[in-house]
Amino acid sequence: MKPLLNAVERLGRGSIFLAKTLRVLPKLLPRFGLVIHQLHSVGVQTLLIIVVAGLFVGMVLALQLYYTLSTFGAEDTLGMLVDLSLVRELGPVVAALLFAGRAGSALTAEIGLMKATEQLSGLEMMAVDPVERIIAPRFLAGFIAMPLLAAIFSAVGILGGYAVGVDLLRVDAGAFWSQIQAKVDFSEDVLNGVIKSFVFGFVVTWIALFEGHDCIPTSEGVARATTRTVVHSSLAVLALDFVLTAIMYN
Amino acid sequence: MTQALVQIRGLHFSRGDKKIFDGIDMDITVGRITAVMGPSGTGKTTLLKLIGGQLKPDAGEIRVDGENVHALPRARLYQLRKKMGMLFQSGALLTDLSVFDNIAFPLREHTDLSDSMIRTLVLMKLAAVGLAGAHRLMPSELSGGMARRVALARALALDPMMIMYDEPFTGQDPISLGVLVKLIRDTNATLGLTSILVSHDVAETLSIADDVKIISGGKVIADGSKEDIQRSDSPWVRQFIDGLADGPVPFHYPGEPLERLLLEDAG
Ligand SMILES: Nc1ncnc2c1ncn2[C@@H]1O[C@H](COP(=O)(O)OP(=O)(O)OP(=O)(O)O)[C@@H](O)[C@H]1O
Ligand SMILES: [Mg+2]
Repeated sequence: MKPLLNAVERLGRGSIFLAKTLRVLPKLLPRFGLVIHQLHSVGVQTLLIIVVAGLFVGMVLALQLYYTLSTFGAEDTLGMLVDLSLVRELGPVVAALLFAGRAGSALTAEIGLMKATEQLSGLEMMAVDPVERIIAPRFLAGFIAMPLLAAIFSAVGILGGYAVGVDLLRVDAGAFWSQIQAKVDFSEDVLNGVIKSFVFGFVVTWIALFEGHDCIPTSEGVARATTRTVVHSSLAVLALDFVLTAIMYN
Repeated sequence: MTQALVQIRGLHFSRGDKKIFDGIDMDITVGRITAVMGPSGTGKTTLLKLIGGQLKPDAGEIRVDGENVHALPRARLYQLRKKMGMLFQSGALLTDLSVFDNIAFPLREHTDLSDSMIRTLVLMKLAAVGLAGAHRLMPSELSGGMARRVALARALALDPMMIMYDEPFTGQDPISLGVLVKLIRDTNATLGLTSILVSHDVAETLSIADDVKIISGGKVIADGSKEDIQRSDSPWVRQFIDGLADGPVPFHYPGEPLERLLLEDAG
């Protein structure tokens, strides 16, 4: 009973925190430089791991699918299948998991340490709202960066699939691309994937910032909050993926 | 009749089950340096945070410049905070900004001054704490004492009407300690500030304080001008001023007696 109450209470505090963050977002417009700065640390610094992971996931997909497809003589559909798996599922989900591990944990640790070293209190006493100055720009940056990272993940993954499928396994290059063009629907497949990645970006960034803001201000508290960010946001991504997929493709 | 810049009436505050303040009344007189002393853990930092509106009292009220801090809407509270500087015990510098940018920060947030004006102001404030040469350093490159002096320069940046110093003297070498003592006294006099000074360094504190409040066990146990306090023969005050371990002010954090704790471990 107690853990359940605690969970509900945290969810409530998290929602209030989110509401406060969303309310000050309009104030960021005249100071968009703050968001750009955060886009660099949240987005650009996650780029490398996204590109490398996307490449390998694409290559493995091509290997696995080729093996199955060739038993039906359907190798020509390889490109389409790689593309669909990436755009609909793996791109948003794997990119979000990596995003939680790389950017989410860093956000929690940063905010948590700012709290532990009284930087947040210091801002308040300088009449600067920490939510407006520190939290909101990071939130917006995470929300913008995540879909871009997922798109890059998918694009690189398709190139990886192409490299393995066409260059290594000798699938016809024309068929690889024309099947993608013919069978992948923009709104049905691509747009739904983009919606997923927006939702994941929103949730992961929210969890990461809340955990940092809510942590016990000691080194141990920050360490625990960072772990919680990775665990909770990964689980949230997987669970939400199921829900969204069920709604979208029914 | 002297005028009180900060008026505290019937202040109660607890952390969990622990009562920190049990009905405190206090006036901080305008234009003077008021020292707040007391054993470690009695809630001196907590008191400053209550005055700054970062914590809410359980009962009672705190007025700063006539305004009831905890009844103000947010925007007005922020307006009021611009007039209160606070020097945190840890310094609380923003670690991703250089020393220069840390001091420029409140100016950039709250004023429309040009870059060259800001530069002049920042370097002047830094020179006042003897650290103009360090303006390019990052906070991680500062010693604890230097960080606190930078934080002092930052607290002075907006020319507040009042400054709260939380333990400004800890970790200062004798020279910078002397400079700080003088700086606190001079800024208070020349800028017409009101200062609240939390400190354990009895000698330094008494050398610059006009008024002294001693808190212990959730109560104000002494309140008066420096001369009153120095002359006082109350055992509470004497123990604190003379630094005696034995006396009415408990040195130990309340709890079970040591003998019992040791026996518990053994059994
Ligand atoms: N965040 C907190 N949660 C729970 N208790 C706290 C918290 N912060 C402080 N306390 C408790 O409140 C009491 C007063 O703390 P405070 O920091 O105000 O003491 P202080 O007088 O400034 O001591 P020092 O001289 O050592 O700085 C302490 O006994 C401490 O145990
Ligand atoms: Mg303290």
